[in-house]
Amino acid sequence: MNSLDKGTAGQGRPETIKAVPVRHPGRWAGAVVIALLAAMLLSALFTNPAFKWDIVGKYLFHDSIVHGMVVTLELTALSMLMGVVGGIVLAVMRLSPNPLLSGTAWVYIWVFRGTPVLVQLVMWNFLGLIWAKLSIGVPWGPEFWSESTNVLIPTFVAALLGLGLNEAAYMAEIVRGGIQSVDEGQTEAAHALGMSQFQTMRRIILPQAMRVIIPPTGNETISMLKTTSLVSVISLEEIFRAGQVIYSRNYQNIPLLIVVSLWYLFFTSVLTIGQYYIERHYARGSNRTLPPTPLQRLRGLFAGKPAPKTTADVVPGLEGGGHV
Amino acid sequence: MTDLTKTPADAVAAAEPMVRAENVHKSYGPVEVLKGIDLEVKQGEVFCLIGPSGSGKSTFLRCINHLEKINGGRLWVDGELVGYQQRGDKLHELRDREVAVKRRDIGMVFQRFNLFPHMTAIENVIEAPVQVKGENKAAARERGMALLERVGLADKAKNYPSQLSGGQQQRVAIARALAMKPKLMLFDEPTSALDPELVGDVLDVMRGLAEEGMTMVVVTHEMGFAREVGDALVFMDGGVVVEAGNPREVLTNPQHERTRAFLSKVL
Ligand SMILES: Nc1ncnc2c1ncn2[C@@H]1O[C@H](COP(=O)(O)OP(=O)(O)OP(=O)(O)O)[C@@H](O)[C@H]1O
Ligand SMILES: [Mg+2]
Repeated sequence: MNSLDKGTAGQGRPETIKAVPVRHPGRWAGAVVIALLAAMLLSALFTNPAFKWDIVGKYLFHDSIVHGMVVTLELTALSMLMGVVGGIVLAVMRLSPNPLLSGTAWVYIWVFRGTPVLVQLVMWNFLGLIWAKLSIGVPWGPEFWSESTNVLIPTFVAALLGLGLNEAAYMAEIVRGGIQSVDEGQTEAAHALGMSQFQTMRRIILPQAMRVIIPPTGNETISMLKTTSLVSVISLEEIFRAGQVIYSRNYQNIPLLIVVSLWYLFFTSVLTIGQYYIERHYARGSNRTLPPTPLQRLRGLFAGKPAPKTTADVVPGLEGGGHV
Repeated sequence: MTDLTKTPADAVAAAEPMVRAENVHKSYGPVEVLKGIDLEVKQGEVFCLIGPSGSGKSTFLRCINHLEKINGGRLWVDGELVGYQQRGDKLHELRDREVAVKRRDIGMVFQRFNLFPHMTAIENVIEAPVQVKGENKAAARERGMALLERVGLADKAKNYPSQLSGGQQQRVAIARALAMKPKLMLFDEPTSALDPELVGDVLDVMRGLAEEGMTMVVVTHEMGFAREVGDALVFMDGGVVVEAGNPREVLTNPQHERTRAFLSKVL
C-alpha cells in the first residue's frame, strides 16, 4: 500500500507492487478436516484384523498374481490398440460422403455400443458353438481353407475381440467428435494447397483432432484396464481371475481382493500421469504458454494465486473421469 | 447456355487470359448465388472484386479454386476448364485427385488466415511443397526461409501461429501459398480481419507481388489498394457483375446507381 503511493508519485520506473496476497483460511480449515478423516480411515484400515495385511504382503508379488497382471496389461494395450485404429477407421467412414461407408460404420457402432460388452465377450468365446469351423472359400461354393473355430479363437483372442471391437465403437464416436472440432477452414486451406483428402486427414485434421481425442482416450484406457476383469467369466487368467483362483483355495477373499485392487490402482496412477504429459504435448501450438504441471498447480493452490488457466485445461466435458 | 464445342483456344488465340468466366452459375440448393458471371482476368493483372456482403465474391473465388462446383456456364483457368474435362461434346467431372493437381498452381489467401495451428510458421510454409510435390525437406526449408524473409518474418520462423499477430499470420499465409510457386493468387478479403495498423504490412507484400507480375484476383474493401495497384475492377451485387472497368475510373466516376450507392457507403 505504501509502495503503491511511492510508485505513482515518483518519477521513472515505479517499484514493483508488494501487496499482501489474499488469505484463504477456508482452505486451511478444510485441509485440517480432511487430514483428520483420512487419519481415521487409515487407522480403521490397519487395525481391523479382517484386512490381514500380512497376507496381502505375502500375495502381492505372488507368481500367478504377477502373471495375471501381465495378462491384464497385454489385454489392455492390445484391445486399446484395436479400439483406436478401428475407431479412426470407423470415424473416417462415418464422415465419408459415400453412403455405403457411413452406413456400414453406423450399423457397426449401433450393434457394438448397443449390447453389453460382457455379452459380446461370452459370444466370442462361444463362437465355436455357432460355427464349428471357419473357412475361406466361395460362398455356397468350394472351400479353400478351413479350421476349427476353437483352435482359431483361443480364449485370449476371444477376449481381445470382445474388448477391442467394442472399444472401437466407442473410440469411433470420440474420434468423430475430434475431427468435427477442427475448423473447416483447415480443410479448405489444405485443399487449396493441393493436398489430397488422405493427406489432409493425416497431416492437418487428425493432429489437431488429437487435442480433443487424447483426454477421453486416456479415460477409455484407464477404464479398459478395469474392464478387462470381465474376461474372468471366460476363464482367462488375468489378475482378477488369478486372485479368485487363489482365494477359492485358501478362503482369504478380502486380502486377495486388496492385492488385486492395489495393482489396479498402481497402474491407473501410472496411466493418469502418462495421460497428463501426452495432453501437454498435443497442446503445443494451441496455447501461448503450456499448462502448469500438477506440482506447480498444487503450489498455486496454497500460495493464493490461482493456477494459470489455459484453453487446454478447459475443453468442456473432457476433464475428469471417464465412464464406468 | 454456351456452345459446348467452343474451346478457349479458338476464342482467344493470342493472349490466353488467366481466368475466363462465361455465364457462370452457382446455386446452393434452391438459392442461386451466382447468376451468370462473365469476366476475364488477363495474365499478370491485379483484378479487384468489390461488392456488398453476400453478393457472391467469395463463392466466385472458391469456384476458381475448385472448392465449389459450378452448376452452369464455363470457367477456365489458364486455358483449362475448371472442375470438368471436355471429351467430344460431353463434360466429365474431374476426380478428386485431378482436382488436387490443378489446385497446386493456384494460391489462396483467406480472410481468417487458416494457418495450421499445430505447425510453426516455417512448417506451415514447407508442408505442401514437401507433402504434395515431394520436395526435399532441406531444400524446401531453405526456400521457405527465403519466402518468410521476403514477407519480413524470417525471425518468426519458429513461432506457432498463436504466437503471431494477425498481420504476421496473414503474411505467413501468403508465404505458404507462394511456396507452391502458383501462377495465380486468390485473395479473399485478406485484410478485413486485421487491426487497421496491421493492414499496411500485408498490403505492402501484395503490392510487391503485383510488381513482380503475379496474376492476382483480390476481393477487397481496401479501395485505396484497388485504385493504386489494381489493373481491373469489377463491382458485383446479387450474384451478377454490375460494373467493370479500370479501378480509377469506376471508383471516381461510377456509371450505375448501385455502384454509386455502395461506394458512398464504403468510401
Ligand atoms: N455453403 C453454402 N450453403 C448455402 N449458402 C451459402 C453457402 N456459402 C455461401 N452461401 C450464400 O451465398 C451468398 C454469397 O456468399 P459469399 O460468401 O460468396 O458472399 P461474399 O460476397 O463473399 O460476402 P462477404 O463480403 O460477406 O464475404 C450468401 O447469401 C451466402 O449466404
Ligand atoms: Mg466473402
